[in-house]
Amino acid sequence: MTDDMTAVFREELRDLLDSLERGLLDLTSNPDDPSLINQVFRDLHTVKGSGAMFGFTELAAFIHNFETFFENVRSGKLKITAEIIRLSLAARDQIPGLVDGTPDPEGQRDAILAAVAALMPGAAPAVTTETDAAGRSDTEYEDESDVLSVALAASQATNRLTFRFAGDALGLGAQPEIILDELRGLGATGIVASVDDVPTLDALPVDQCMFAWSMDIPASVTEAQIEDVFIFAEADWSIEAPADADDDASGYDFNLDDFAAPSAPVVAQAQAPAPVAPTPAPTVPAPQAAVASKPAAAADHPNAAQAAQAATIRVAAERLDALMDSVGELVIVEARLTELARQSRDSALITTAEQITRLAAGLRDATMTMRMVPMRSLVARFRRLVMDLSASLGKPVTFSVLGEDTELDKTVIEKLADPLVHILRNALDHGMETIAERQTAGKSQNGVVELSAEHSGAEVLIRVRDDGRGMDPERIRAKAIALGMISADATLTQQQILSLVFEAGFSTASSVTELSGRGVGMDVVRRTIESLRGQIEIDSTIGKGTTVTLRLPLTLAIIEGLLIEVAGEKYTLPMASVHEIVELPAEKSVAKRGGDFLDIRGSFVPFLRLRQLFDCQGEHTTEQNVVIVQSGTARVGIVVDRIVGTNQTVIKQMSKLHSSVRAVSGATILGDGSVALILDVGHLITTGRVSPTETNKEAAA
Amino acid sequence: MKLATLKSQRTITLVTMALGNQTLALPTAYLREILDPLPATRVPGAGPFVPQVVNVRGAVVPQANLKVAFGIAADSIDPSLTEDRRRILVLELQIDGENAMVAIEADAVHEVATIETERLEMVPAAASEWPPEYLTGLYKGQDGFVLLPDLPAIFAAQVARPVVA
Repeated sequence: MTDDMTAVFREELRDLLDSLERGLLDLTSNPDDPSLINQVFRDLHTVKGSGAMFGFTELAAFIHNFETFFENVRSGKLKITAEIIRLSLAARDQIPGLVDGTPDPEGQRDAILAAVAALMPGAAPAVTTETDAAGRSDTEYEDESDVLSVALAASQATNRLTFRFAGDALGLGAQPEIILDELRGLGATGIVASVDDVPTLDALPVDQCMFAWSMDIPASVTEAQIEDVFIFAEADWSIEAPADADDDASGYDFNLDDFAAPSAPVVAQAQAPAPVAPTPAPTVPAPQAAVASKPAAAADHPNAAQAAQAATIRVAAERLDALMDSVGELVIVEARLTELARQSRDSALITTAEQITRLAAGLRDATMTMRMVPMRSLVARFRRLVMDLSASLGKPVTFSVLGEDTELDKTVIEKLADPLVHILRNALDHGMETIAERQTAGKSQNGVVELSAEHSGAEVLIRVRDDGRGMDPERIRAKAIALGMISADATLTQQQILSLVFEAGFSTASSVTELSGRGVGMDVVRRTIESLRGQIEIDSTIGKGTTVTLRLPLTLAIIEGLLIEVAGEKYTLPMASVHEIVELPAEKSVAKRGGDFLDIRGSFVPFLRLRQLFDCQGEHTTEQNVVIVQSGTARVGIVVDRIVGTNQTVIKQMSKLHSSVRAVSGATILGDGSVALILDVGHLITTGRVSPTETNKEAAA
Repeated sequence: MKLATLKSQRTITLVTMALGNQTLALPTAYLREILDPLPATRVPGAGPFVPQVVNVRGAVVPQANLKVAFGIAADSIDPSLTEDRRRILVLELQIDGENAMVAIEADAVHEVATIETERLEMVPAAASEWPPEYLTGLYKGQDGFVLLPDLPAIFAAQVARPVVA
């Protein structure tokens, strides 16, 4: 077992667990949906099967009972209850521990298994044995092999099983040796490969398995069990009553037993329970003489799903990152080439450079699309979180998710999880009233928490809305004054007051919960969102609820930028936040006391002088322009010497050595090889709005 | 980087460089490449120690001026060194727990030398001329003392710098 393979398993396991959790949570609202039950069963089966394949026998044993339970549900013997969902979710949480070999000192796993066993119908003898075997944990696990041999010994009669993989099964990941191992686990003997259909070398399709296998299989093995073996491998198989002729293998007989020996015991253990499992489906008597041919695909594995699988490939995230890096380099070199071509005035070269530009743009877009991940991958854990929190806080809530399909760069998605958990937790813990309070307020008993995601220009808006008690601006204001964060006579808009909860230190003081408590760690949330070049806004009405809105860029890798120049230094502004560009009126060209404001079609927009802000030497000579940048509803003007133009901006992170510089969010490399810094619009807006008159101080810092 | 750690090896390979009137030595393990000075971009508000970034083969790398860390006057330079001997050393080291590239300016790069670690000495407590927390140790070279800067400590101090408003 190489570490590589284990890593693949772990990765698959993570997906499976997510899917399992999603399925279980969906079942809470639709307990009778057969496709959901099938999905849960399949996930459990795969976790068990691949766990056993990779040697995690303890895991396989642990899952087994749940699989059995859902098999019973699938066949209509049992009903989904809240209890089984709770247990299954608890069991799901134990799985990573089982894989990592974490001990279970408090016996949680045994307790879960015992509880599941109690839910099984009628406690058939087989069930009890089975539960015990699994419950006793690994030390006595070998016992099951004995059970297996007994089961095998009891079944002397054999049938002949023949199978052949369907056309592209190998391409879809079927592995003959694993299938054979599983069959061996069911008691298959005398396995013979048939090479009758193998064409000559010139006609051999390299991506298909031309072998067929036949073997003796105990008559006690049911079709359902065999079907399970082929659940993930598309194959044609058939069972016949013993034929005395196993001579069809015209001289090319391979005994694959020898090759596959090392991994056989593992699989045998995992499969061992199968023969004695309390399969509720009555044992299908093995057909006596007639051939029972099966259609290629297992019944509950729709062809559509397989087709979708075939159209998708898994790619390691690092490879995508490497591709993105290369595309980034390409975009930079392309800018250089365009620049050189323009200087050379050679029309052939210019045409070629334009073609390269077009291709690079296509490649860039394709690569960025590849990195897009739907929000859905995040949402499952939130539903779980809300469900658990709502139960433990005794505040029933309806949690709805809108726009699960909204896609974001995978880096953004990864970093978004923690802030959203924080916001959701706040919504339930502090925002939502207790049942009694809701009744008094004349609200329905069930609270509403809604998570929504939607595209808006080059941004994605993610909102968490609740219909709780809302935030009281007066109390926040009083608190901020008490903490010395604002002066007592400061005039602030409601928006500004609410934003105070994002300030570091706001929450650390006592009685925050009284104040609907939005401050708990919200500064951390804001910092994370800002590190993603996003912004966070909060809106609340007392008694009606609170909405937290996150604005995030679609990607962190390449953006459209507006290149500007200040005192000979070039900077880039993200084009998505540039609202308009105006000339700086002559009367404003000299800094005045009392605030710098522009009158843009009747509304006052504060502006910053980059020359002052960045402590530039010398005086500007030409007419200056003002770039109006916007974030949400906030606008601020930025006075620059010159607009250079738009460019593709490949974002490079700034070093940690520059983490104290807030005005800069990253850097990019220009066509001439020099570095231009990317300005942090969110920070500039805060600077511009909070103290437009005091920007000189910043320059001194 | 502690002196005792270095002493666990019998020898150490160092690259020596001139910084003002001082000679510094860095373990070659940190060294990625030595380049002619590159056009640098000023980072407003970054402070005097790491005031710039440069483009090193497509990577945006901060460029530090160790003269600031050691309190060597900016105009201090060995008169025998001409402008064209200036270099930047691109280093790869751990900054705040992450592998990072950083470039440092040098008035000149002298040589790569292997020296026996028993020659390395502690910085005398009385030597107030240099900040002791930024030095791993020193040894006696041909023309006076050669300092071994404790680069991880120096850069960690920069990361811990408070946020500019």
